[in-house]
Amino acid sequence: MTSPAPALELIGLRKKFGAMEIIRGVNLAIPSGERHAVIGPNGAGKSTLFHLVSGRYRPSGGSIRLRGEDIAGKAPQLIYRRGLSRSFQVTNIFPRLSVWENVRCATLWSMGYKYSFWRNVERLADARRRTEEILAEINLLDRWRLPAGMLTYAEQRALEIGLAIAGNADILLLDEPTAGMSRAETERVVSLIRRVSEKRTLLMIEHDMGVVFDLADRISVLVYGEVIASDTPKRVKANAAVQQAYLGIEVA
Amino acid sequence: MSDIARPPLPGLPSGRAGGVLATYGVWIAAAVVLAVLPHVFASGLALTAMCLMGTMIIFALSYNMLLGQTGLLSFGQAVFFGLGGFLTVHAMNVAESGGVPLPLAVFPLFGGVAGLAFGVIFGAVSTRRAGTAFAMITLGVAELVSSSALILRHFFGGEEGVTTDRTGLVHLFGLTFGPQIQVYYLIAVWCFVSAAAMYALTCTPFGRICNAVRDNPERAGFIGYDTQTVRFISFSLSGLFAGIAGGLAAINFEIMNAAQLGLAQSGTVILMTYIGGVGDFVGPIIGAILVTYLQVALSDVTDVWQLYFGLLFIGMVIFVPDGIAGLLARQRPLLLARQLHRVAPFYALALVPGLAAITGLSMMIEMTNQLAVHVSDGPAMAFLYVPFDADAPLPWLVAATLLAAGTWLFLRAARAARHAYDEALAASRARGRGP
Repeated sequence: MTSPAPALELIGLRKKFGAMEIIRGVNLAIPSGERHAVIGPNGAGKSTLFHLVSGRYRPSGGSIRLRGEDIAGKAPQLIYRRGLSRSFQVTNIFPRLSVWENVRCATLWSMGYKYSFWRNVERLADARRRTEEILAEINLLDRWRLPAGMLTYAEQRALEIGLAIAGNADILLLDEPTAGMSRAETERVVSLIRRVSEKRTLLMIEHDMGVVFDLADRISVLVYGEVIASDTPKRVKANAAVQQAYLGIEVA
Repeated sequence: MSDIARPPLPGLPSGRAGGVLATYGVWIAAAVVLAVLPHVFASGLALTAMCLMGTMIIFALSYNMLLGQTGLLSFGQAVFFGLGGFLTVHAMNVAESGGVPLPLAVFPLFGGVAGLAFGVIFGAVSTRRAGTAFAMITLGVAELVSSSALILRHFFGGEEGVTTDRTGLVHLFGLTFGPQIQVYYLIAVWCFVSAAAMYALTCTPFGRICNAVRDNPERAGFIGYDTQTVRFISFSLSGLFAGIAGGLAAINFEIMNAAQLGLAQSGTVILMTYIGGVGDFVGPIIGAILVTYLQVALSDVTDVWQLYFGLLFIGMVIFVPDGIAGLLARQRPLLLARQLHRVAPFYALALVPGLAAITGLSMMIEMTNQLAVHVSDGPAMAFLYVPFDADAPLPWLVAATLLAAGTWLFLRAARAARHAYDEALAASRARGRGP
């Protein structure tokens, strides 16, 4: 626990799809407890970067260290079990399960129930309590009975975050958590993210600059698969290269 | 919105269900029904049919652990049914010749253990993949085992199979298992216990994760689960129960042959599960009872009964993809809101032309059968006790009219029924807020 290693460290990370190199040698170190945002224009490779870190894709080169331990190329569940959990940009829930069951399933592994087929799931008071907490947190308590596929878009986005935080992982990756949300919904999600990321390390992709500057301790700018700047919000804003590549269009 | 969001919230799963009756009421009722059934349907034929149904209920439920619960389409479930049966037969024969003091009632366990063991072996191979690849591997395993059954004659007994004598074992409490009624109760007890165990399995963390893997295997990985392990455990446990079913079949028939582990038998269990409904725990039970009943009843009436099966299956897949249980489940909200009376007349209205169309169709099938297969018997035949000549134009005209008019009217009535259903559902939602 007292290890000086960063919570998450990417060293020379590369990903090729055929001849196309999408991630071209990314170096990034995120210290424990930091809220870190990745920004960049469309097609810069932000989601690909997340897929590499979370185990959905296997890197073509470089390494990914989770608290000093190399996790590059490991299966998603193994990375998850080491304390890294993520949400998806395109909602990725369990559509036929109820909202309640979605969240509860996401709590089970971290509560140690694993593949248990000898316990009644309804009698697991701690999983129940945790599920209720998460549902209250994401404001879906009154929808618990509904099949998740029947939720509205914004509700599904909230559930998506709920699934990511339910397992109490200490490193959280959120891929565009506020995408497609109204102003009011965005504000609610931002305060939720602030709360849940309090004692955790947060890495998020976000397009809404308001949200980014509001939440992030540090920002990395990804352009064409390379990090062109990684600094505090203020300095990133002042960075000429960043302005040219990205912010100039979005913020001016 | 946030104020209601604190407990106690009405209707949140409480963790502890109400009384014993609320929790186990259905199971107590099922046990009573199982106990009383042979006194209601006491004929020898009914008893035979019910023994078969009990066996098939376990078999279909075991299959639905894969198809309905975990989202795995297997074409080789009969492998475990058959191997379980063979192991049981051999265990009985060994016990009889060696004087091992084991009562007959425990022998389905040998089937279960065999099913589990082969589930572990074949599961280790097939569950490495999901989806189409998984389905193809199970097909390959099914072929492999059925062809071995004809090669390893010593174990599988070749075409004739292996016979046994269920009365030759130790008689516990004076039960000889000579009379069919004793076999019925043996099957009933095993059926009840197995169904309860499989239901309990759906209420465990593992059971819920199976559903999660069925819904979205990719995301399951990102909440900590190895989908391959989930599939593997599900496959192995499914083999266990299929093996128990096979053991009971062996005891019931006192013979096991290669047909019991073949593709036709695997097809039958898919048929049962699908017709009953994969989305609901009781679906396969309904399917096993209905299909077994039809097998017994139809094969008595017509020699092309398998053709009717195919038609029934196609019809179900097209019109009622969630099966009979799904059809019933959709009436539940109406029943709870006391709105069922608004749709019931429409159902009755659709039933009449539907039955007419089926009559017309089966008349044509039977006439074709008479002319094509039973040529030597001549054209004289009877359908629904009405005698006529199959080569006369009038019966064909009647049949075609029944089929065409029946279908047309049925489709119209079905549309009206669907409309009435939607309205009644909206009304029930309005009455008792929420679905």
